[in-house]
Amino acid sequence: MLLNARILPYVLILPVTLFLCLFFIYPFVLVSQQAFGSSEGGWSLDNFREVVDYWKFPISLKNTLLLAAAVVPIQLALALLMATMVSKMEKGRDMVLYIWTIPLGISDLAAGIIWLAIFEQSGFLNSMLNGMGVIDKPVNFLTYQNPWIVFVAIALAEIWRATAIMLVILVAGIGLIPKEYYEAADVFGASKWKQFTRITFPMLRPSLQTALVLRVILAFEIFAVVAALGGTLFPVLMGETYAYQFDLLNSGAAAAMALIILAISIGFTLIILRILRVPKGASI
Amino acid sequence: MAEIQIKNVAKSFGAYQALNNINLTIADQEFMVLLGASGCGKSTLLRIIAGLETATSGEVWIGGKRIDHLSPKDRGIAMVFQNYAVFPHLTVFENIGFGLRMQKLPNDEVTQRVERVAGLMHIEMLLKRYSGELSGGQRQRVAVARALAMEPDVILMDEPLSNLDALLRMEMRAELKGVLAESKTTAIYVTHDQVEAMSMADRISVMHEGNIVQAASPIEVYRDPAAKFVASFIGNPPMNFLPATPAGAGKWQVSGQTFDGPNTDKAGLQFAIRPEDMAPAEHGLVATAKIVEPLGAHLLVTCQIDEAQFRVILDSDTVVKPGQTLTLAPQSDRVRWFDPETTLAVA
Repeated sequence: MLLNARILPYVLILPVTLFLCLFFIYPFVLVSQQAFGSSEGGWSLDNFREVVDYWKFPISLKNTLLLAAAVVPIQLALALLMATMVSKMEKGRDMVLYIWTIPLGISDLAAGIIWLAIFEQSGFLNSMLNGMGVIDKPVNFLTYQNPWIVFVAIALAEIWRATAIMLVILVAGIGLIPKEYYEAADVFGASKWKQFTRITFPMLRPSLQTALVLRVILAFEIFAVVAALGGTLFPVLMGETYAYQFDLLNSGAAAAMALIILAISIGFTLIILRILRVPKGASI
Repeated sequence: MAEIQIKNVAKSFGAYQALNNINLTIADQEFMVLLGASGCGKSTLLRIIAGLETATSGEVWIGGKRIDHLSPKDRGIAMVFQNYAVFPHLTVFENIGFGLRMQKLPNDEVTQRVERVAGLMHIEMLLKRYSGELSGGQRQRVAVARALAMEPDVILMDEPLSNLDALLRMEMRAELKGVLAESKTTAIYVTHDQVEAMSMADRISVMHEGNIVQAASPIEVYRDPAAKFVASFIGNPPMNFLPATPAGAGKWQVSGQTFDGPNTDKAGLQFAIRPEDMAPAEHGLVATAKIVEPLGAHLLVTCQIDEAQFRVILDSDTVVKPGQTLTLAPQSDRVRWFDPETTLAVA
């Protein structure tokens, strides 16, 4: 049977669409119902009021945003630097990429535990400092007295774990920029730095959008690394959502938290898309 | 003054020798075309002059200054690329002004210069557009304008018209020639298109397998090819060749006919003549017509003389049928001779 060429694409994406409707849109509607429902039935904002008024909410919101603000720019800078370096390599490029992307293969909880093994009282950092004679007895770094060390440990673990996802996207993006643009830039007097700011960066905007949106959304969903390294010392939005659902058995509040995280993610996605938009007519 | 001197430049990529010991001087304000088939080294030579490629050995001088160790931006050159390399994320204005911005020229000077060259290239109305909205020909104009805006000593062009369609190419060819002559810059232009080379160049350097076989004016390259390669590369159809054997001092026998030729003691030479330099006559080379192609302006006849293929261009009124025997007399001052061993021209 010959399918009409105009209909065929829609027929082919139908299974995926059905799958998404069944396992994404439908649960999303259920979660929304829970979030906007109330014990008396009908619609209400009670759940949102409850979670926002709770004393831990501002702290977890602040922590989540701070962490994203610290981690994502560093990851972006590192990923850009690494991608530029890898793109300049002629031999062994794939090998280096494989090694750099190893952390991607590790679950976030495992990554948190690896860094816990470094920072905990009997961990590698203590043994090293002890061995070098900097400290004479093991120090417990990850306590409420050292909130900044907890923060730095979490940030380090996140940077180590999730920079590669941006790297992979940016390497692909840089590979798409024709070499001739750099030759033209060379001839017309652009320094290497200018070539980066005037050619690589603007022409990389589509890849940067993808990489940043992905990374920022994941940053707002940070959970396991924080749980492993900070426990209850460093509340974040996702951790609070988990606590509502499984510790306090308040699924309405958990659903409201989930929607708040979603709203923040959508907000930042729109901001990123706006900042890195390609002007109308400028095809890249 | 921007005379370019290329001294003993050689380039190898691993075991592959792309350029062998190139020596070439290009006069100030001269339009030099590097002509050759792909892989002959013409683009490599241009890129060495631009500084995008480093020569394995040799020196490049521009305006009495050795520049082969300088970065491209310090060489006083501008370049037009084959694929234009017009930045897609910048407007036409910013593309043309790119080099000027890099030199940190004041805004009003950038504007003034961009508008001037945009006028020269007839693209003033496109300044606010992005290159994605332009046609190939318009993009080409932007690329040329960007080079002209630099007011360089030397403009380098790497097959700048090869991506345009035939009609546009002809139009741009004439326009480019005029604009460049006016700008008074020295120009080096790489192409594989002999018509482009003939029509634009002050001088053509014909390149073959990493060597410059001949560097001379278009008419000299056409009339007096220095080597058999040039004779068979230039001209459409190319020169005809027939074997010649000695027939006394300064006399050579070609297909049963005796011609005056060079006075050498070689055991054999090659007789060469351009297709348009033959005319039917009572005495001459006896040829059998094989294919007759009326081309409007003239008649192209592919014939056979002994075992060799031989092409002649005749007046379009001539009546020739395939299989017919023609007697063709070469115009004696247009006959050339080549040594079959060295392939070089023999006077």
